Amino acid sequence: MALLTLPNIQMLEKIDIQESIKQFMIPFVAIVLFLIFWEVTASQIKTSLGLVPGPIEVSKQFKNLVVEHNEMRAKATAFYERQEKRNAAKLAKDPDAKVKIRSFTGKPTFFDQIFTSLITVFAGFFIATIIAVPIGILSGLSQNFYTAINPLVQIFKPISPLAWLPIVTIIVSAVYVSNDPMFSKSFIISALTVTLCCMWPTLINTAVGVASVDKDLLNVSRVLQLPSLTKIWKIVLPSAIPMIFTGLRLSIGIGWMVLIAAEMLAQNPGLGKFVWDEFQNGSSNSLGRIMVAVLAIGIIGFILDRLMLSMQRLISWDKNAVLR
Amino acid sequence: MSASYLHIDHVTMNFPTPSGEFCALKNVNFVINKGEYISIIGHSGCGKSTVLNIIAGLLDASQGGIFLENKQISGPGPERAVVFQHHSLMPWLSVYENVAIAVRQVFKRKKTKAEMHEWIIHNLELVHMDHAMDKLPSEISGGMKQRVGIARALAMEPKVLLMDEPFGALDALTRSHMQESLMDIQEKLNNTIVMITHDVDEAVLLSDKIIMMSNGPSANIGEVVEIDLPRPRNRVRLASNPTYNEYRQRVLSFLYERQSNPLSAPEKEESEDLVETVAETIKETPEATNVTELKSISDSGKAA
Repeated sequence: MALLTLPNIQMLEKIDIQESIKQFMIPFVAIVLFLIFWEVTASQIKTSLGLVPGPIEVSKQFKNLVVEHNEMRAKATAFYERQEKRNAAKLAKDPDAKVKIRSFTGKPTFFDQIFTSLITVFAGFFIATIIAVPIGILSGLSQNFYTAINPLVQIFKPISPLAWLPIVTIIVSAVYVSNDPMFSKSFIISALTVTLCCMWPTLINTAVGVASVDKDLLNVSRVLQLPSLTKIWKIVLPSAIPMIFTGLRLSIGIGWMVLIAAEMLAQNPGLGKFVWDEFQNGSSNSLGRIMVAVLAIGIIGFILDRLMLSMQRLISWDKNAVLR
Repeated sequence: MSASYLHIDHVTMNFPTPSGEFCALKNVNFVINKGEYISIIGHSGCGKSTVLNIIAGLLDASQGGIFLENKQISGPGPERAVVFQHHSLMPWLSVYENVAIAVRQVFKRKKTKAEMHEWIIHNLELVHMDHAMDKLPSEISGGMKQRVGIARALAMEPKVLLMDEPFGALDALTRSHMQESLMDIQEKLNNTIVMITHDVDEAVLLSDKIIMMSNGPSANIGEVVEIDLPRPRNRVRLASNPTYNEYRQRVLSFLYERQSNPLSAPEKEESEDLVETVAETIKETPEATNVTELKSISDSGKAA
């Protein structure tokens, strides 16, 4: 028997390896074809800023951005070292001297902007989640509540971030007045715009998930006479978890898209501002640098989506659901 | 003080429909003694499940009521545990946790943690599912899920165990295994059980009494058969037992001769189908008591 089964296993392994090579090769070939197409067409188009950069030029610009970032970091470190020395010298002369500590005010690099954007999108997404999930649960549980908020949701859902932005800007400027603000105004404006645009998928999916809890399970809780809160916590919420996660995934995707637009229009720091600044700059490198940013936006969006997906896999009980 | 343990006291059930009230049950009245195993049998759509849901308290009867130990029940409760047709286990909880959720609620402050754990294990052992305690429902077969469903219901230590076609979704072989298990358990615990079924063999094999229901609307009890067969029962030996076959014959003839099978019977009441069913019932069931009422329903259906 062992002799008979052995070749089978080897064959299976062979098929497995072939399958994984296929899984890797197909996308690889597609990407290479796309890059070739890009390089060829790009060299045909002349713009006011010179030829449209192909992938080779874009990768050069990416290297430049890395170099700029490292230079800026080195400058910052040097600045702080100088400041420390100066202050130490001052204190050595006169222990009572007032020491001023200034922060480095260099231009934010490409990577600083990515970091700012990520923080902003997470903040907006977090606020959206803590608003949308409870409201979604309420409207899933109560038909009346759902009927009450449904028209509002339907009206607010399709509003573009660009339309929200002026309103948010003016209201935040009026309300958020502080001498020593914990967050910068631009951060709050961007984050709130993200919140306003990305809370709807989570809200709607949570409501649907909660409303479509299996009748039998609810009957089980009735037979057990579970108190309402226990019922929600032990039966309704776990049932709705897969749907809630579907909503969260949609939300973070929308949030990321909205953020870039908001940053561009509102001149809030972040990737959007980087793109806008390069556009205004109009040097021969600008188009290449914008393309680096565009690719970065796409790749980060993809990573955010995968992040939510792996969280869903980790937390959700519905392991059989096809997740794409 | 009457001797009845569970009394279904002249229960009538009307459902509101767009075309007026739909009378599902009319004056259903029967008593169940302690430790009795009752099967309710009838064609689909005849209101069997409605009877069970009313006993469980999941539905409120329009008229009449349910008395358990001479006290009228209101609303559902763990003393009337239900085994649902589709197992209804929480898919995100392990087998153990599915039973535990019931035990923790029912024996809150009555049992210590260790006692609860022991009681959960005991009930899982009873249905032979202690080996799969940590598995999720999606990892076990349909029959096993139903076993866990039964363990959860038994763990509530119910006064009456209600089962809504508990084996209806299982294949024939698994079903007969489950029936054997259930007979074993019943021998040990001697519970009072009400089971809905449409399987004649299952009803005769398991029950002390079979309640046969006439076709709806306005379904009622057509006939009650006491099954006087010695226990423990063995399906192979019973197959050649003339008394067993006589009981089987009686149930079959009730279902297929006196109550014609409403092939077009709707699972959920739709007014058009309803009229057809009603018309059929009038034509083919001379025993139907309330012909005038049936006609009025069919008229209101046509009007709509």
